[in-house]
Amino acid sequence: MQRFILSKKHFITLASAVLISSAFVLDLGFHLEHIAVWLLAVASVLGLAPIAIQAFQALKVKVVSIDVLVTIAVIGAFVLKNFEESSIVTFLFLFGAYLEQRTLNKTRSAIKELVEMAPDSAFKQMKNGEFEEVGVDLVDIGDVLLVKTGAKVPVDGIVMSGEGHINEASITGEASPVSKQKDSRVFATTIVENGTLQIVAERVGEDTTFGKIIELVEEAQDSKSEAERFIDRFSKYYTPAVLILASIVWLISRDVELAITMLVLGCPGALVIGVPVSHVAGIGNGARHGILLKGSEVIHDFSRVDTMVFDKTGTLTVGNPKVADTKYYTSDIEHTLSYLVSVEKQSDHPLAKAIVEHLGTIRTYSVESTSVKKGGGIVATVDGHRIAIGNTTLMEQEQVPLAEEVQKDIDRYIKMGNSLVLTAVDGVLHMLMGIRDQLRPGVKEDLRKLRKLGVKHLIVLSGDNQGTVDLVAKELELTEAHGHMLPHDKAEYIKKLQAEGRIVAFVGDGVNDSPSIALAHIGIAMGSGTDVAIETSNVVLMNSDFSRLPHALGLTKSTARNMHQNITIAVLVVLVLLASVFFSTWMNMSIGMLVHELSILLVILNGMRLLRYRVRR
Amino acid sequence: MKKATIQLETLTCPSCMLKIEHATKAIKGVEKESVKVMFNSSKVKLAFDDGLVGIGEVERAITALGYEVKNSRVSDQ
Repeated sequence: MQRFILSKKHFITLASAVLISSAFVLDLGFHLEHIAVWLLAVASVLGLAPIAIQAFQALKVKVVSIDVLVTIAVIGAFVLKNFEESSIVTFLFLFGAYLEQRTLNKTRSAIKELVEMAPDSAFKQMKNGEFEEVGVDLVDIGDVLLVKTGAKVPVDGIVMSGEGHINEASITGEASPVSKQKDSRVFATTIVENGTLQIVAERVGEDTTFGKIIELVEEAQDSKSEAERFIDRFSKYYTPAVLILASIVWLISRDVELAITMLVLGCPGALVIGVPVSHVAGIGNGARHGILLKGSEVIHDFSRVDTMVFDKTGTLTVGNPKVADTKYYTSDIEHTLSYLVSVEKQSDHPLAKAIVEHLGTIRTYSVESTSVKKGGGIVATVDGHRIAIGNTTLMEQEQVPLAEEVQKDIDRYIKMGNSLVLTAVDGVLHMLMGIRDQLRPGVKEDLRKLRKLGVKHLIVLSGDNQGTVDLVAKELELTEAHGHMLPHDKAEYIKKLQAEGRIVAFVGDGVNDSPSIALAHIGIAMGSGTDVAIETSNVVLMNSDFSRLPHALGLTKSTARNMHQNITIAVLVVLVLLASVFFSTWMNMSIGMLVHELSILLVILNGMRLLRYRVRR
Repeated sequence: MKKATIQLETLTCPSCMLKIEHATKAIKGVEKESVKVMFNSSKVKLAFDDGLVGIGEVERAITALGYEVKNSRVSDQ
C-alpha cells in the first residue's frame, strides 16, 4: 500500500492540481462554497498521503526530515479547517519535488553520458568454442572474447590473435587509431575501427581503466568540501530546531496558525541542495570537456591558485624532440654515426630516441659494455673504441678537450634552444648535435588566458639546460624559468613557493613529476589515461591537451562563485521569510511554501548554468 | 566480508541520504563505517558480513523507506 502510494506520486500531484483548480472555479465562478471546501479537503488528504508516509519512514530511522515538518503543518491546517492552505501546501511540495527531480537529472546528465559509453554486451567464447553474445556483467577474467569492426571493446584485456586499428579516444582522448596485434593491450570502451580481435579479459567491470575513471568522477561529485560538511551537520540539527522553535512559538502565543506557518517557512530546502548542485554541474562540465576534477576541495583550492608551475618537456612542449643541427669535427663521419646509433639504440632516453629516428637505418656494431652516467650521458665500448655520448658535464668528466671553436658552437646551439649531445671517440670530440623540442601549438594563447584568469606567476622548471629553458620562458613570457632540475629539486622548489604563502598548481606529465604533483596544492596531470597520473593528481587533463587548462581554471572559479551565490540565495530566503512572518500580514503557509520551492528551483537553475560554461576568448 | 554497490532511483533530497544512511547502519552485519550514500550518483556503497546478513535484507531496508533499488552488485572484499 505504502509503495503503491509512493509510486503514484506524479499522478497524485496532477490529481490535486485538478481538484484545487476546480475548487477555485466552483467557489469564485459559481459560489458553490461547500463543494469547493470538500474538494480542497480531498486534495489535502490525497496530497498528504505520500508526504506523511515518507515522514513516518524517516521518524522510524530517527531522522526529522522536511517531510515531518510539512506533515505536521498540513495536519495542523487541516484541524483548523483551513483546507485551502493545507491543499495548496501539499500540492506545492509535491510539485516542487517533481521539478527538482527533473532539473537535478539535467545537472547530472554530463556524468550519465559518460556512464552510458560503457559497453553492455560482449561476444564470449562458450564451452563448445562458439562465440555467443552475452551481457558484459557475465564476462569474467580469463574469458576469451571476440571483438569485430565497429564494436566496442567490452573489457580491458590482451590481444590473443588477430590485428586491427582501435580508436582509443574514450580513454586517451587521442582520436587517431592505434594499431593492435598479438599481446597488445586493449581497453574497455575503445572502438575497433577495422580488423577483428580475439582478446583475453584481464580486468572487468569497475576495475577497467574506464570503470575507474567513472568511479573517480562519481566519487568526486559526492566528496564533500568543508563547507558542505558544515551544512550537512547544520541541516541535521536545523530541522529538529525548527520543530522546537515552532513548539515554543505555539506555547507562548497559543496561535496554532503561526506555529505551523513557522514549520513550513523553516524548511531548509535550498540551503542543503544549493552546494551539491553547483558541484555536480561543475564537475559534470569538466568531465564533458576531458577534465577530471577530483572533488569539491579541489574546486575550492584550484579556484584560488595564484602560481602555476610547469614541467617543460611534454607539457609546454610537444615532448617529441627532433635533431635540429649537427656539426662534425672529424672526417670519419660514417664510423662516428655508426658508433653513435649503436649506443643510442639501447637507450630509451628521449634524446637517444630522437637521434636514432633522425639517422634511420645505418650500419651498427655490437656494444661491448655500457655505463649510464646520471645527468650526463652514456659511456660505452664499441668496436674497441671508448665512446662517450652526452652533455658538456660528461665531456669534462671524460677529460675531452673542447676547442674554442667548439665552445662557440655550443653557445650558439644553446641560444637557439637546443639540448646538446656531444660524441667523443677515444677522448676526442667528433661531433655536436643540437636537439630541439617544439612548443605545443597554441600554448602561448593558453598561458595568456591563464594570466587573464588571475594567475600571477607562471614558472617553468625543467631538467634541461638553462639556455633552452630561458628561451622557452622568453617565447612564452613566463615569470620565472629554472633549468638543471631533477625531480626532487622541483619538489623542493614547490615547497619553497608554498612556504611563501602562495597557492601552487603543478602541471606535469604524470610519471617522473609525480612527487611535485603530489606535493602541490593542486597537482595537474597531463594524463593519457595511465593509472599513475590519474591516481596521484587532483586534476587530470584527459587528452594531454594543454588547451583544457584555462577551461579547467575558469570552470573551478565559476563553480566556486556559483556555490557562494546559492548559499546567499538560500540564507536570504529563509531570513526574509522568517522576518515577514512576524512583521507582515500577507505571509501565510502557502506563500511560504511557494517561495521555498521557487528558491530551490532557482539554485538548481543557477547551478545548471555551469553546464554551459565555456572559457571566454 | 562482502562489498556492495547499490544503485537507487534518482535521489532528490539530501535528507533522503540521512534516512538511507541511518536505516542501513541499523542492520546487523553491515559495517557502520563503510556505509556511504552518494547523493549525486544515487548509489549506496557498503560492506557487510555475509554470514550475518544478505544483500536482499539490505535492499529491503532501503525499499521499506520508499526508495526503489535499481540493481546491486556484490563483490568479495
